[in-house]
Amino acid sequence: MDNNKSWIDQRFPLTKVWNEHLAEYYTPRNFNFWYFFGSLAMLVLVMQIVTGIFLTMHFKPDAANAFASVEYIMRDVDWGWLIRYLHSTGASAFFVVIYLHMYRGLLYGSYKAPRELIWILGMVLYIALMAEAFMGYVLPWGQMSYWGAQVIISLFGSVPVIGPDLLIWILGDYAVGDPALNRFFSLHVIALPLILVVLVFLHIVALHTVGSNNPDGIEIKKNKDKNGIPKDGIPFHPYYSVKDIVGVVVFLMIFSAVVFFAPAMNGYFLEHANFVEANPLKTPDHIAPLWYLTPFYSVLRAIPPMFGSQFPGVVGMFAALLILLALPWLDRSKVKSIRYRSWPYKAALAIFVISFIVLGWLGMQPVTELNALLARIFTVAYFGFFILMPWFTSIGKTKEVPARVTE
Amino acid sequence: MKRLLKTTTSVLAVLAISLNVLAAGSGVALDPANTDINDQKSLQNGANLFMNYCSGCHSIELMRYNRIGKDLGISDADVEKNLMFNGEKIGDTVTSSMSEEGAVKWFGTTPPDLSLVARSKGVDWIYTYLHGFYKDDSRPFGVNNKILVNASMPDVLWELKQNKSTEDFDQDVRDITNFLDYVGEPAKLVRVDLGYKVMGFLFILFILSYLLKKEYWKDVKYGKWRAKD
Repeated sequence: MDNNKSWIDQRFPLTKVWNEHLAEYYTPRNFNFWYFFGSLAMLVLVMQIVTGIFLTMHFKPDAANAFASVEYIMRDVDWGWLIRYLHSTGASAFFVVIYLHMYRGLLYGSYKAPRELIWILGMVLYIALMAEAFMGYVLPWGQMSYWGAQVIISLFGSVPVIGPDLLIWILGDYAVGDPALNRFFSLHVIALPLILVVLVFLHIVALHTVGSNNPDGIEIKKNKDKNGIPKDGIPFHPYYSVKDIVGVVVFLMIFSAVVFFAPAMNGYFLEHANFVEANPLKTPDHIAPLWYLTPFYSVLRAIPPMFGSQFPGVVGMFAALLILLALPWLDRSKVKSIRYRSWPYKAALAIFVISFIVLGWLGMQPVTELNALLARIFTVAYFGFFILMPWFTSIGKTKEVPARVTE
Repeated sequence: MKRLLKTTTSVLAVLAISLNVLAAGSGVALDPANTDINDQKSLQNGANLFMNYCSGCHSIELMRYNRIGKDLGISDADVEKNLMFNGEKIGDTVTSSMSEEGAVKWFGTTPPDLSLVARSKGVDWIYTYLHGFYKDDSRPFGVNNKILVNASMPDVLWELKQNKSTEDFDQDVRDITNFLDYVGEPAKLVRVDLGYKVMGFLFILFILSYLLKKEYWKDVKYGKWRAKD
């Protein structure tokens, strides 16, 4: 065994990589519940890729056959139904996990220096994931696939001057149709997964360079013993690898409960209307994207057209996403963790979370006068969190941060 | 552990509240179908009724005759004798024999394929719809429907409704609904059972993985992992 190891080590830094990233990678000992979601996100990514490989073997990216080929997978392919449900539930699970992972960052200030790049890479990952999910949802070619794509892609048509040409360039046609389905398939199975995998790699390399934050927001590297090992650190392997296994099993239990007992999640994971084949001549009464995109869809609808153009809404929607990139520089607080923050930050974070959830809910509802008003109020609250952040993170009394992590 | 429980409950509470809020809405009151996909008798009767009363106009193109037989415990010979009327082959999909021109001439529209109706509309909708016909002389077939207003479909089950007790008729409608639920997702017959097995396996794995974690983390508690230095 040792012989083999040294043979490989002379040719590839196997032991070095193993030690640097697992066996001698020192991780704060005080991780809590919120620290499961990074490894769970990787698990879901791998699961999506593996199930996706098998779905691609049977799916037909052709407007005339796509819908039927998905049902063929559900009925005639051995275990096809299971693979498809794992993939469709996996898409929603991915966002559940990612939203909790991002919320963890907000709770403990994990985006603050020196982890700005980890946050930025994570945000780019999140945006790429949204594109991946959106294109994946078009592929089954149901009514919501078709009309959702029609609505979202038509936004590009509102870009001043180049809009109409841009739209045709994206779609390869004047409306969503076979060319769009084909290119979305290509992007969904090759381009975006590659981007996701590379970004995950970079995200982790950046993380392992500076080390993990923790619920106390303390830099454990500031406090090392005589061997240069952080006093509050424990090797990732075996301690966090065995702990993450427990997290994985609990996650799989919740995940399997959905896959086996409620795969459509009453229309939230697989919309009812998407079991009707796409029909370009029949617009559904109510078009809504899947739940994970709805907060941004709400922002889009909340901003009224100006000068006869929808473009301000589109700008608002992308601004709602891109503003997250600025977070590390908007936060002026001296402390990282919510445990030691001043009350204005706690209040602002609570308002932000409520705004995000309400915007998400509104994005699934038809537009009424009340809903439109609510969407505007919560859009203002959403942006207010970021715009006012330099102010509310510099006021109020923060608690003293201890030198060592707490249990 | 206490903090973990607290955060988990708060996350679940927020989820539960938001799902409740989401579930509210949609105004039409539907009667509960109370179908049971594991009731094979009901599925068999539903298949029989569907083939006799519905399949003349409606296809279930995603479904093969022999698959229905296999899943519902009916031999190929019986399927051919009782469920197939137009000289199809046993591996064929269930396709209505009505021509498109004929359909448009007689009903003004093509009767929709019902393979996925249970998934797009739900079983309660089908059950309520089949019950929902009432007399309306202004309509071409003399009937209208309370949840699909101005439906172009005649009340094909009227004969059953007249000749049977209310309970028996309700059961027939339930059986057709049940059959369509099965047709919408044949995998449902095995999905739930497999789910219990998977959950059982994961539960055991949870106990083992938790014990493993606890064993390793004893070191962390007592600072023992540094012992090798």
